[in-house]
Amino acid sequence: MSSDSENEQIETTSDVEPASKTSQVAKEIELPKFEKGLADKIVEKFGSKTKVAFVKPDRVRIDVGRDDIKEVAEFLRDVLNFDHAESVSGVDYPQDKEIEVVYHLGSYTDPSLARQILVLTTRAQREENPIPGNDATKLPSLREVFYSVEFHEREVFEMFGVYFQGHPDNRRLLLPEDWADLPPLRKDFAIKGR
Amino acid sequence: MNPELPPGLALQKVDERIMTLNVGPQHPGSGHMRIIVQIDGDFIVACDPDPGYVHRGEEKMAEYRNYITNIPHLERPVIHDSCNVLYPYVLGVEEILGIEVPERAKYVRVIASELNRCIYTMYWLAIYGIFLGHSTMFMWPAGDRELLIDLMEKMTGARVTHAHFVPGGVRNDLPPNFEDVCLRQVNYFEKRIKEYAAIFYDNPILIARTKDTGILSRQDAIRLGTTGSVLRASGVDYDLRKKEPYDVYEELDVHTNVMKEGDSYARSKVPWLDMLESCAIIRQALQKMPKSGSVRVKLKPNPKGKGLNSVYKRVESGRGSLGCYIVSDAKPEPYRVKMSVGSFRNLIALPYLLKGEKLGNMPSVYWSLNYWPVEADR
Repeated sequence: MSSDSENEQIETTSDVEPASKTSQVAKEIELPKFEKGLADKIVEKFGSKTKVAFVKPDRVRIDVGRDDIKEVAEFLRDVLNFDHAESVSGVDYPQDKEIEVVYHLGSYTDPSLARQILVLTTRAQREENPIPGNDATKLPSLREVFYSVEFHEREVFEMFGVYFQGHPDNRRLLLPEDWADLPPLRKDFAIKGR
Repeated sequence: MNPELPPGLALQKVDERIMTLNVGPQHPGSGHMRIIVQIDGDFIVACDPDPGYVHRGEEKMAEYRNYITNIPHLERPVIHDSCNVLYPYVLGVEEILGIEVPERAKYVRVIASELNRCIYTMYWLAIYGIFLGHSTMFMWPAGDRELLIDLMEKMTGARVTHAHFVPGGVRNDLPPNFEDVCLRQVNYFEKRIKEYAAIFYDNPILIARTKDTGILSRQDAIRLGTTGSVLRASGVDYDLRKKEPYDVYEELDVHTNVMKEGDSYARSKVPWLDMLESCAIIRQALQKMPKSGSVRVKLKPNPKGKGLNSVYKRVESGRGSLGCYIVSDAKPEPYRVKMSVGSFRNLIALPYLLKGEKLGNMPSVYWSLNYWPVEADR
């Protein structure tokens, strides 16, 4: 993990050595202590399953593979006291053939975590010709862990075509019922006239 | 069937007791949104909110415009709270582009943000009054809003949709002797809204309509991830202006209003208390503001981000915490903008609150969630 959070690229979860690691050797920036402690606890528990992407003031970002995300989320809820999800956003990366789903977790009950947002990300496989719900773009749902994720995951399902396995209510939320086009927030869905 | 009775007198059991009712999407009691309600007689058995009637794809449009030209159209979800809606986006863009904001601009932002919070809450209160059949409570806030709208017009040149916050400060400096006018108007405004207690919050009819309806316990409020006034009315002391101060809020004295009941009455009273708090914050900010100095950093045209990075910024608006998640790459346009808005997060609580309530209580419970349909749809 490179310690420079300013110029750091968000790396993919593949095992390819990124070019930025070799170029940044001498630059040592003091990482915030409390956030570093949070990240160390997670790494200590899960080892190589998780990857700490950055540690900034009040923000820690953890990249997890799609098989372990539920386990990590339960650890975050039960041991580290993150009790609700603020937002769930999808980000489309066509060049990596992946769709990233980003959970922003916060805490109301633990006063020491009131400023913190823990960013938990995972990636789903991306299909060129999506059939939402019936292709390989699937992730385990976190609704059993964080109840507040219910509507957000429905939104990601309709906007990106990521099917959440185990979600009780995978229906449309914002789009019309007869929407038969691509999921609209993917990069290959172009706006007219632009 | 009773065999002793003649066939014409046989009694039939009615077994279809549940009726499905569509409230909205063009109903004055739901805004631009459909609520599918199942009722058994007068009691609500189940409810399924169906937002999306004003979905315009703001997040998709933001990927096609550069950082600066996004500003006027990202404030469209809540036009009468436009400063607060834009605030997290502007803070995020400042972090991405590495801009330092001058001190005076931060104070101007805080004043504009608090005035907008009051303007939004007055609008919400007016509609809450007319929902409960209280016509005076519709007319008074709608009239008293004009005091603050005039102030915003002096400051920004527009009555609504100010587009006043830009990355690097605010668009224009304050007009001459704005501080005196602002102080006078805000003091009068505070005196006015204190009179609402006698007509509205101490009104026995209103108390009968809202007390003990739609109770949300503290544990459920946390578990459902609600935010803003809904959370504070359930007894959770959480306000981002105090917990994660942005801009100059750490130098100001912010008091958080918490009520423990968690019913519609508490949820409708907390925003009103917050307005009184806003008046106090504006007075402090006017006192501490540097009297001169620049309010805007000059930017290069079409500024670009550096590499692929992401920012998540939060502010406290009239409806709860607003977050903005911006992913930038080395282009003038953002790669992805996601707005996490308070209305959308509070909507999840609606089915739980309405279950077991009477149908007549639906407007009071639904609108006490501080819900703004246009914002939830984005």
